[in-house]
Amino acid sequence: MGNLDILIVAPIFSVQLLIDGLLIGAIFAMAAYGLALVWGVMNVINIAQGDFVILGGYVTLQVSLFGIHPMFGIPIAAVVVGGVGWVIYRVVICRIVDKDLFISILATFGISILMQQLIDQIWGADIQTADSGLGTLFLFDNMVTVSEIKIVAFVIVMALGAGLVVFLKRSRLGQAIRATAQNARAARIMGIDTDKVYAATFALNAAICGAAGALVVMTWVIQPFIGLIYTIRSFMIVIVAGLGNLAGVIVAGMGLGIVEQFASFLLGAEFQIGFVFGLLVVILVTRSLLLARKRKYLK
Amino acid sequence: MSGVARNVVLYGGLALVSLAAPWIFPAYQTQLAFLWLMVLFALSWDIVGGQMGYNSFGNVIYFGIGMYATVVVQRDLYYTVEEYAELGGGIELLLTPAQYLTGLGLGMGLGVLIAVATAAILGTGILSLRGHYFAICTLGLGVAAGEFASGWDYIGAGSGMVAPLFPDGLGERSLLFYYIFFALSALAFVTLRWLYSGRFGLAINAIRDDEDKAEAMGLRTTRYKTLAWCIAAFFLAIAGGGAGNLIGFIDPTDVAFAGSTFGVWMVLMAVLGGKGTLWGPVIGAVIFHVTQELFWIYLFGWQRVALGVLIVVIVVFFPEGIMGYLRQRRPDWFGETVAEADDAGGGR
Repeated sequence: MGNLDILIVAPIFSVQLLIDGLLIGAIFAMAAYGLALVWGVMNVINIAQGDFVILGGYVTLQVSLFGIHPMFGIPIAAVVVGGVGWVIYRVVICRIVDKDLFISILATFGISILMQQLIDQIWGADIQTADSGLGTLFLFDNMVTVSEIKIVAFVIVMALGAGLVVFLKRSRLGQAIRATAQNARAARIMGIDTDKVYAATFALNAAICGAAGALVVMTWVIQPFIGLIYTIRSFMIVIVAGLGNLAGVIVAGMGLGIVEQFASFLLGAEFQIGFVFGLLVVILVTRSLLLARKRKYLK
Repeated sequence: MSGVARNVVLYGGLALVSLAAPWIFPAYQTQLAFLWLMVLFALSWDIVGGQMGYNSFGNVIYFGIGMYATVVVQRDLYYTVEEYAELGGGIELLLTPAQYLTGLGLGMGLGVLIAVATAAILGTGILSLRGHYFAICTLGLGVAAGEFASGWDYIGAGSGMVAPLFPDGLGERSLLFYYIFFALSALAFVTLRWLYSGRFGLAINAIRDDEDKAEAMGLRTTRYKTLAWCIAAFFLAIAGGGAGNLIGFIDPTDVAFAGSTFGVWMVLMAVLGGKGTLWGPVIGAVIFHVTQELFWIYLFGWQRVALGVLIVVIVVFFPEGIMGYLRQRRPDWFGETVAEADDAGGGR
């Protein structure tokens, strides 16, 4: 906690942490919204969520290795990872959609391990990053630095979020997805091919994660085995925000980003991952205690 | 009487084969020792996961606690931390056979105490979560424990710990641990067989089938749930103490709190054999371990990829497990008779 003094002496540092947390949290929110989509529509909790993000990052890295600017990696990663998601749905997920949640958790955990190992085989276990070539902004007499790519990423996340809302509200497929989420059986009776809707939902989720991964590799670093932490972050955000609430997901994502930045600054960066998982336990237990209290009042 | 005779032949035969196995296959002693470790993993996971229906992905923390506690005791009984650090991380941690065994025994004891206490404390908070919330919470706990261990200097932080060298005069290391793990598995099997056949088994099965009803019937569910988790922690902590010394090196995230290997394998072996049965985890563990060893031999370099595929295949195509499959095909083997009169008479 030695760094607490720094924050008291120079409060401007907390502005730095705040801005970093906000911008990074927006990217977490993206993956979280995909998780909420799949959870709400298909009743599947996708543990491989974080690995889709990481895969998106590596696709972007590969694009930049080909000499193309990594910004173009965002649509390419979305398409490639979306395709991977569609294949995974057709091969595995379609067989477990109607099974209980334990089976889907275990199966997607298996997919997660499989993807980690494949990524490790293809790109190696090194920590990698893709250089976006953008500069850094200096604010408050050079006390606060913000890399421009983070701001670009933030804008892209907001634009994608808005696009997603419009897609789900207006387009035919979006309406079918929402109808299936409300009541799959009724949707089937109304002539919606729910299997296709599920496939589209899962592929859409994977595409969102792929785009998020492209942003992660430009703003941060990637490594084959850090996917699980993105899954856990998404899960926490969804629990706090609730299913099907995009604004809530973005706010919760930013909140998590800020909390995480402060925690890793105060506790030391080596405890950041431990902190995230510890926070998960605290959030879940708190939620269960709140529910228990609600049950008592109902009596 | 034939049932008793059959049991005597079955268990006696198995015990004889198990006792003789390391002498018949001397080249595979280490793998055989790990086989019993896997059986122990699957059996202890199945208490909470199968019989009680709380699918935990974090049981590996008790394994890790036992592992660390044992090596820490072995170190601190005879050396100080500074000496240990000077020895280059304990590469030269030499003990006499008597010291080694004392340290091992005391360490396992301390590991059990810490693990069971942890299970009791965690259990009261976390076992109130239901279904997938519990599963993901325990998944988080396992990883958090690993990250915590890699940040704690006293237990070697991220570079882990080295177990003491196996002293001369105790025979072969793998042989000793083969018999330790075998005895422990046998103890676990007998204990669980006894527990499942009594009130405890009925209680945790009731919790699995409908927890709210069980509670409404006056069952102290929290007490039973915590007790079941403590029993799992007990066996896992001893197993961890042995495994740390057998492997010889403790890495916080890849050996001790290895959520994506041991942690998942536990679940998988129980599912493969058939969760919620006594024999299922044993059979599942044997099949899984043999398959995994074959992967290491024939698919080297890709063995982890193959394991990932295996996990998905088992879960997707074989979620009922071997015992579940047999139960469907041969219900009479399980003492279940199909009431044909109902079908014929159309009664209810």
